[in-house]
This record gives sequence, structure tokens and C-alpha cells, in this order.
Amino acid sequence: MAQSCFGHGSQLSPVMVNSEKDRASLLCMKALANRGRLDSVSQQMASHPQYLESFLRTQHYILYMDGPLPLHYRHYIAIMAAARHHCRYLVSLHSAQFLRVDGDPLWLQGLEAAPPRLRHLDHINKVLAHQPWLTARSHIQALLKTGEQCWSLAELVQAVVLLAHCHSLCSFVFGSGSDSDSIPTPRVHHGTPPGYCLCDAANGNTALLPPPAGPTEKAPRRRSLDSSCEVAYLREQIQKSQEEIKERKADRLHSQTLSHADVEEEDEAMFSADPSRFVTDPEFGYQEFARREEDHFQVFRVQDYSWEDHGFSLVNRLYSDIGHLLDERFRNVASLPFPHSPDLKRAIWNYIHCIYGIRYDDYDYGEVNRLLERGLKLYIKAVHVNLLVMEARLQAELLYALRAITQYMIA
Amino acid sequence: MRREVTSAANVNNDSTSASPERAHLFIKGQCVIPYEDVNRDRVNVCVTSRTDCHARCNFYLELRLEMEKMTRVSTVNGRTMFCHLDAPANAISVCRDATQVVVAGRNIFKIYGLEEEGFVERLNLRVGRKPSLNFSCADVMWHQMDENLLATAATNGAVVTWNLARSCRNKQEQLFTEHKRTVNKVCFHPTEVNMLLSGSQDGFMKCFDLRKKESVSTFSGQSESVRDVQFSIKDYFTFAASFENGNVQLWDIRRPDRYERMFTAHTGPVFCCDWHPEDRGWLATGGRDKMVKVWDMSTNRVKEIYCVQTIASVARVKWRPERRYHLATCSMMVDHNIYVWDVRRPFIPFATFEEHKDVTTGIVWRNQHDPYYLLSGSKDSTLYQHMFKDASRPVDRANPEGLCFGLFGDLAFAAKESLMTGDVGRKTYPGGDRRYPIFFFKKPDVTEQFAQVSSALSVFESEAGSSVGMDWFINTAKSYLLSGKPFAELCEHNAQVAKKLNRPQESTTWTMLRIMFSEPANPSLSTNHNLNKSGNLPLVNSFSMKEMSAALNERNKENRQDNLHSLETNLNNNDENEETEGSEGQAEYLFGDAELDDDDLYSMEHDNQAEEPEYLLPQEAFPLRHEIMDHPSAPEPVQEKPESPHVSGSETESTCLTPMESINLISVSQLLFSPHLPPKFFCPIVKEMLCYYAEQGDVQMAVSVLIVLGDRIRKEIDELTQEHWYMSYIDLLQRFELWNVSNEVIKLSTCGAIMCLNQASTTLHINCSNCKRPMSNKGWICDRCHQCASVCAVCHHVVKGLFVWCQGCSHGGHLEHVMEWLKQSKHCPAGCGHLCEYT
Repeated sequence: MAQSCFGHGSQLSPVMVNSEKDRASLLCMKALANRGRLDSVSQQMASHPQYLESFLRTQHYILYMDGPLPLHYRHYIAIMAAARHHCRYLVSLHSAQFLRVDGDPLWLQGLEAAPPRLRHLDHINKVLAHQPWLTARSHIQALLKTGEQCWSLAELVQAVVLLAHCHSLCSFVFGSGSDSDSIPTPRVHHGTPPGYCLCDAANGNTALLPPPAGPTEKAPRRRSLDSSCEVAYLREQIQKSQEEIKERKADRLHSQTLSHADVEEEDEAMFSADPSRFVTDPEFGYQEFARREEDHFQVFRVQDYSWEDHGFSLVNRLYSDIGHLLDERFRNVASLPFPHSPDLKRAIWNYIHCIYGIRYDDYDYGEVNRLLERGLKLYIKAVHVNLLVMEARLQAELLYALRAITQYMIA
Repeated sequence: MRREVTSAANVNNDSTSASPERAHLFIKGQCVIPYEDVNRDRVNVCVTSRTDCHARCNFYLELRLEMEKMTRVSTVNGRTMFCHLDAPANAISVCRDATQVVVAGRNIFKIYGLEEEGFVERLNLRVGRKPSLNFSCADVMWHQMDENLLATAATNGAVVTWNLARSCRNKQEQLFTEHKRTVNKVCFHPTEVNMLLSGSQDGFMKCFDLRKKESVSTFSGQSESVRDVQFSIKDYFTFAASFENGNVQLWDIRRPDRYERMFTAHTGPVFCCDWHPEDRGWLATGGRDKMVKVWDMSTNRVKEIYCVQTIASVARVKWRPERRYHLATCSMMVDHNIYVWDVRRPFIPFATFEEHKDVTTGIVWRNQHDPYYLLSGSKDSTLYQHMFKDASRPVDRANPEGLCFGLFGDLAFAAKESLMTGDVGRKTYPGGDRRYPIFFFKKPDVTEQFAQVSSALSVFESEAGSSVGMDWFINTAKSYLLSGKPFAELCEHNAQVAKKLNRPQESTTWTMLRIMFSEPANPSLSTNHNLNKSGNLPLVNSFSMKEMSAALNERNKENRQDNLHSLETNLNNNDENEETEGSEGQAEYLFGDAELDDDDLYSMEHDNQAEEPEYLLPQEAFPLRHEIMDHPSAPEPVQEKPESPHVSGSETESTCLTPMESINLISVSQLLFSPHLPPKFFCPIVKEMLCYYAEQGDVQMAVSVLIVLGDRIRKEIDELTQEHWYMSYIDLLQRFELWNVSNEVIKLSTCGAIMCLNQASTTLHINCSNCKRPMSNKGWICDRCHQCASVCAVCHHVVKGLFVWCQGCSHGGHLEHVMEWLKQSKHCPAGCGHLCEYT
């Protein structure tokens, strides 16, 4: 059903869209009209319209379309996932959306206020976020064990996809500096965004996005929206925060827990809660996989369990159509025009997988050292690298989670 | 009127063997035996009487046994057996004479001998203290010309050949490290000793001459990773390659620059392909999209000739030797079984092997000319030899006959044709009437035979206007009220409906229910009281034997009125009593107390609360936004538990007193038992009644009562039964296209599983209001004209909820905006000058 709804809708006719830029702005506008706001993540991704399209489609599907989980659960799970990485931006974004879909405001006081079913998810959230190789059959079993608060397999798969999606999105948010974006404002009735008037868009004035109608909107936000499709602007912005990002990036890779001293306290709306409320065991963080290798944790061989051969089939079976959407995302990111050698692309992808303990038999990891030292600066600069990191991470988490589910199903 | 149609069809039959004891099939005194006619490709069914069939039967059976002996390579004398491997297998292959099998995987590379009693380990090819990744095999193939030659595809991208004739322990012969990524497949040429082909994740295929150190040619698919390569068995120079992006390419080994032909075979990766051993142009492919397709390449355009839909992604496909239409498949995920399909019958596997506990990774027919042995390796670290005679046959468990009622009472019946032959007055189905589908039924024999190849379909038409008609059902469904009014009114209404439709039993049931479950007179319930006075509600209150008998006898209204009057006076008395309660006898008081203490028995407070929701107005006709309720997780609707009434002081008094007075009333009617039976008292009998109705086939009654009674009965009946009833009723309603009623039932149901139905498939397809083209995208902006569809004429924002529009000028917008606008102005908000009206 959902497939037919928007499965083939993505082909924009070349006559109507004569440049990538138009395409991007159209996408942004659509997102704007659809959700009533255009978050900065989408703005950043707008430099790669094709990717943005599949990203938005996946996100829309897992958050709003047919699925076993109720809507407010989905947003709450997203909050839990983002909180694990102290991603204030995503936490407040989803808090707002959680309230919008009639979620109980009480839950936002913290994890202990949420129903036990969601609290049970905390463990797998924690593990997936920081040390996905610890994901085991027993976790799945514990969640599915019949009882008052048990999960169904379909629900669990959606939850896992949500978790992985949000964890990896956190990487992107930090990597691209979107975290400092203004706190999202709740939208007004009828789904129209505050401060934006769609009448211009309705009149066909699509080339330029309309100016804000009200004084409520902050100027910088508008600027970023206007120039959302301009890579140059993005680069400029990225360069500005490059140093900071670099630090964070390193942080993310090594400790995964971000100290929040550098994030200035800002006036927060009621719902933009402190992420730590949704976190238990905050000390649990990333630990280098290599160090644990001599322990009993086995290296995950992608030749034995790959997305294409195994993950796809399983996830698609338990949560229909999501496999195709994720597949498209992975394909899109793989086919992004990459200014440097494809080797670098592969090195980044494999390196991210490597730090999560996933190894490729057919890859010489010496290549990583050779390429990444030279390419590390580029690595941080461009958005598409961030995309690459995000997708690699998403796939890594999914692989671990799905393998655990497979093991559960076999047993 | 009765009309009967039958049809029969012959299908090609490829098999030549049958077991004699199955061939005699006596049905209704006749012998039905399949025999082969001159061209041996057709099976006809011969029907003779018992007396003269034996001679011919015997003749054909002997003939057949003779042929069977001739076609068999070896006698079937093995057995289903297995052995444990040390590690999961990725692929297996047999040598030509079918005496040895090689198993390869990440941590295993061994040769096993196939003996009668079991597998015997012959050789371990993983040598060295710390085996390199070259030993980690994704695929293995044993050369079909040279029994000492093996090739493996390594996960690290190496292609390795092994020579078993080498005298040292390390049998490795050649190592090609030309591929950059994992090699997914290696394939020897079927007739050329030194030619080896490989397909890799890097998108290249390479052809090696084993006499040289390097590849002789490289083929670039220009698509994604190569998943399988297979030399054609009949065409010396041709090979097929399947790709991760769904393509299949045909190559000429002499022309590495360009493929000969290419076509898209599957959506998503094509994991495997296999050439038909006999039919030159046939290629079977299996993909992640769970399909097996058979392609005919012999024509100019590649044509899909068969398609089998499996339940999981297809990892391997192998044609069955000596059986033209059979192939075996196994899956990569979730499903651990091996299936053998007859491609002409794609909906049910011909045979299934269910031994493995994890996914099967390699399948191979033991001998190229023997269809009875299948070898398989699996991730569960076992190696199996499957015997065909031990396979399970899903067809045996399938239902051989079909029976179905049509909407208008027609009855269709499909069965083996042989079963129908005894019928008299049967005339052959002309094949012209499209109203009825024809079912072909091929009933397989336990052996390879499809003895029975066709089914007959008979349709019995019902006479027009007969009692089979379901008018009563439709009318009842439309007229019943299930919610929106107080309980008693609902019952009353439904009773009337049933009565009007000439269904006295149902009518009486409703009346009885009303009496049983209506709460007794209760002065503290002002609403009820008022209703009584105004006379809107003929009978609401206490349960009394007199009323019951009145209902049962269907007395006229005067009687009831009388009753009501007396009741009201009694109520008035009650009030007086209340005022002068001090002067009343102690006994009454005690009684009241006792009644109150017994919470379970009777609780006015609870009834009061249960009644309350029914007075709510029905939901607004146009809720602005569809509420999404998460029924599965939400517990129960907010309601006090009956066990926890808390009664305020003043109410307590009246509650205590009322029953006393009623007793007085009833004593006049000469009751033998206490009239204040709690509603719970009736639950068992009501439950029984509901089950009775459901069993009688009147699930409508069961569900309607269930809904109207709501909490009064819901807890008495187990959830599963309720769900079953709801499902049946909803199904019926939908068959009669009573969508509104079915939706109401879904909405009013209390089963989680039922309420979910409303949330599934809620997609609505719309057209753009500007360019009138379908809105293919999920958003609110049309892809084609780049305009916002459905913009509100008042606020110029996109309308996401209800859109109301003027039928005169077709402008409109948000419901409330348009309403507001038209309060102030007569003209259309769009400025078109039309005088719109909102009513």
C-alpha cells in the first residue's frame, strides 16, 4: 500500500526540473509543506537532492506511515535514541512531534515516566548506540518474552530501525553542526508552519521560497533556508565550525559521550528537555572494538551476514517495504558523486564499519591508514562524507541488530 | 434450477515411472488409470468399468515398469543421511561419478566420501597452522571432466584451484588474485578441461586458462556485483551472469568487449541462475524478490515462460535431472527448507526437504542423471543426503476439494474430475462462461506421476428469490442501532427491527436483554427519571417478573403504561419514604445495608457510571482530524472497576431504599424469587445464547448483542471467540458492501485486533486540483505543476484535514474557515462571484 503510495513517485520529469538546484528546492518545499517545518538536517542534505529524497522518504515512512508502533511511541523511541548521544537538537525536535501526536507530556519528564515497555528498550538502545557488537540473541529474547510488556517481532524491528536511524542521524547532526540550530517551534493549526506562508508556493512561485510573514522567525534560520540548496553556503558554514566539528568528531569516534560544557545553555521551550533525562547508565560509551577483540567477541564478517543478502530480506519481511527504502538510501549514498577516488569512499565506509567490529574479507585495512591520513581533512569538510558516515553507521547497527534477531529466530 | 459445468485439461507429463500399486484407482466402481498415448507426452485418463479394465491396466503397468528400469541410472538403494561438519558450509559440489562431495565454507574445506551407510571424511584441504583467507570459500566447484580438479572462490577475492593428485598435503595448485573484491562464484567449463570462469563483487568476470598464470579475458558487466556465472551446457561459447542490480547478461566467451544480450530478470539482486540440462534455451534465475523465473533464450526476445513465487529470497536454484519441469531451490534467509518445484504448478512445492535447522547454503543433485538424491550443506554445520522418497509432499496436505458459496447463494464445487465422472446428466463445460473460473487440479501421485491432472468445477445456482437470499441480513445490519442511545432504547429499537423483519426469536431476545440488564428504578438517576416522566422510554427500569412476562406475551402498550404508572407512583412513594425513613421499620434498613455491603452483587454506583457514556452525543459528524488511537497498547477504556464503587451519603440512602419498594411491587406479581438479580446473574445464559447464535450462523446477532451489551458481557467471553465473531461479521458485511456498518462495528469493537483494522490501509489517492493529474507523491505539492494541491480559499494554506467545497463553483477549503466566511459573506471566498451556500 505504502509502496504504491510513493514508491514510484520520485521520478521528477526532466522538463520540469532543469537543474539539481530546482530539484533540491522543490524537495525542501515539499518537506516544508508536508511537515510544516524544514529542519536544518534536510537543509544540509539539500546539496544532494537525490539522497535527500530517499532520506526524507525513509524518515517519513518510519515515523508516520503504516507500521506496528503507535506514532507517539515512534517519537519517544527517537527521543531515547537521540538522548543516548546527547543530541539536544533531535531530542527537542522529536519531543515537539511527540506532543503533536498526542503523546503524554508526562513521559517527557524522563525515562522513568515512560511505560515499562519503552523502558525495556533502553538496554538495546544503549548497546546499539555505543557497542553494537554486544547485541545478542538474549536481548531480543528478553524483549520478546511473552508477558504483559512484551514486544512483538514486528514492533521490535521497527523500533530497531528507528533507533539505528536516529543514532546515525546524530552522527550527521554533530558532523554537520546542525545541533546549534534553533529549537524547533511547534506548528500552528492545519499544519502550516509558523511564519511561513504557502500561498506563494501555491501560486507556483517555487523558485524562491517565500519570506517569513511574521516576526516570530529568527533571521538566521531563514537565511539558511533560502540558501539551503547552495553548496557554497554549506561549505562556508562548515568551515566556520570546522574546528569544533573536528573535536566532536574525534569525540564521537572515541568516547561517544559528549561533554556538554561547550553547548551554551539557551532558552528552552518546555519540551526541549535535557537529553540526560532519557538516559540510564550514562557512563556506558564507545569502547574501541580492537581492544575487546581478544575477548570472546568475534569479528563480524560481512561476508557471512551482509545487508544485501541477509539484512534486507529479514527487515523487509518483518516491516514491509522498509528494506527497499533503506536499500535505496545505501545505494544512493554509494552512488554520490565523490570528488576524490572511490578508494577513499570505500576506506571511510569500511573504517566506520571497522570501528564497530565489522570486517570485510576482501579489504586491505592498511589502505585505511594510508588514505585517511591524507583524506581526513576532506573527510570532515563535506556533507557527503557525513552522509557516508551516517549510512555506514546505520548499516552497521542494523546488521548487528538483525543478526541478533536472525539468531533468535533460528533458535 | 441446477446447472453444472465441468472442465478437463491435459497437461504434459514428463515422467516415465510410476509405482504400480498407485495406478489402480477405483472410484465408484470404475477404474481410473493414467496411460500414455503414442507421443508419450500426453497423459490421458482412461475410464472403464471394473470388469474390462484389468487386462489393459496390467499391460500398461508392465510397460511402464519396463521403461522405468531403463531410465534409471542406478537402483534406489541409498538413504537419507547426514553428518556433522565442524563449521557452517557455504557451498558444496560433487565429483562426476557421485562418490565424493566437497564442502567449503569460511572455516571448512573438506572432502567426504558418499558411502551406503553414511558420509566418510576423506580429506581436509585446510592445511597449515594458520590458514589464510584464501581458504575462506564463498563457492566451490568440482570439475566434471577431471576428478582431481577443484576450484574455490575466496571471500578475499582470490580464485584458487586445487589438484587432488598432488602428493604433498597442500593441494593448492594455482592462485589468481586478480579480483579486488569477494569472488561470489566459480564455474568450470562443462567440456573444456582448462577453462574456469569467476564472478566477483567488483563487477568483473574473468576467464582463466589453467595452463596460464593469469586470466585470459576479463568481462565487465558495467553493472553492480556479479552474483552468479554459469556456462551454458549446450552452447560451447556461451555463459550467463547474474547481477546484484537485477540484470542477467549473456556473454560469448570469445568477445570480452560486450555482452550479447542483457535483460532485467528481477527487482533486486539475482542471486543465482542455472541452465536447463536439456532444453538449450532455458535459464532459471532466482532473486531476492523471492521469485524463481524460467527464461526462454532461444527466441529473439527473451521470454519469461514460468515464474514460481517462493516465501523467501532464493539463494540457489538447480534443475532436477531427468525431470524436465522440476527444479530445486533453497533460501538465504529465514526459510531453511529445500523445495522442489514443478514450474508448471508454481503455487505449491512438489516436494520439500525439511531437515536443516539453519539456512541451506548449497544444494546439488548427486548425479547428473539421477533425480532421486539431493545433497545439501547448511549454516547449521550439517551435510545431508536427501532421498526423494523421504521428502514431504505439501500437496498431500493440501485440500483436494473446494467449496464456496457465492454472494447470491450460488454454490461452486471443485474436485478431482474422476470423482465427478459418476454423475449423471453432467454436460461438459463449454469453456465460454467467464463468470466462473476454472480450476485445474493436478493431483500428484506419491511417485513422480501426475496421475490426476484436472479438476472439475460445478456450479449450482440458487433459485431467484429463494430463502437463501440474505436480504434479512442486509436489512438488519442497516437498521440495527449499536450505539448512541441508552442501552434500553437500543434494545427496544433492535427488537422492533427484528420484529419488522419477521424474526420473532431475535426480537424477543432483544427484549429479554433489555429487561435483564436495565438497571432497576433509581430515583437518584435524574436523567432516567425524567425520561420516564416524559414517556420517551416506555420501559427502562427495574427488572420484575411482571414486566418480563409482559414482554414475553407481547402484551399491548396499555399494559405497559399501567405498569409504568404504578412504577412511578411507587417511585413517588419512595421519595416519601426517604423523607420519613426514620419512621420505617428497621428490617428495611438492614436489608439495604446488606445489599450495599455486597459489592459484587449489586452496585448502583457502577451502573450509573456504565450508563453515562451512552448519553454522550455521537461524535461530531466531521471530526477535523482522524484520531489515531493506539489501541493495542492502550489498556481499557477509562472506567471504574465494578469492584470499587464509592457511594456518597445521600445516594446511599436512596439506593438502599429503592429495592425494598420494588419488592412490594413485585410481590403483587407473585414472584417466587428475589427480583433484584444482578445483571451478572444472567451472564452465563446470555453467553450461552450468544454462542448459540454464532453457531447457528447468525454471527450478526452475536456481535450486535456483544456491542450493545458492552461491558456487561464482554468479560465473560474470551477474547479470541469475540475476535472470531467480529471477524466473521465484518467479513460478511464487507461482502455485502455494507462498508459503513462494518466500519461502525470495527469502531465499536473492544478487541485490539479488530480495532487495528481501521488503521490499516488508510491510504487515499488524490488528484491535483490544478492539473487534475494523480498526486503520486506523498506530499502536498504536485509533482507535475509544482503547485500546492487543495489550498484553502480563505487562508491560502494547504488543507490537510477535511476539505469542504462548493458544488457550484468548486472552490472550498477548511471546513471551519468556509463556515466562518459564509457567515459574513454570501460570495465565494475565492472571489469567483459565485453565491455559495453552506448548509
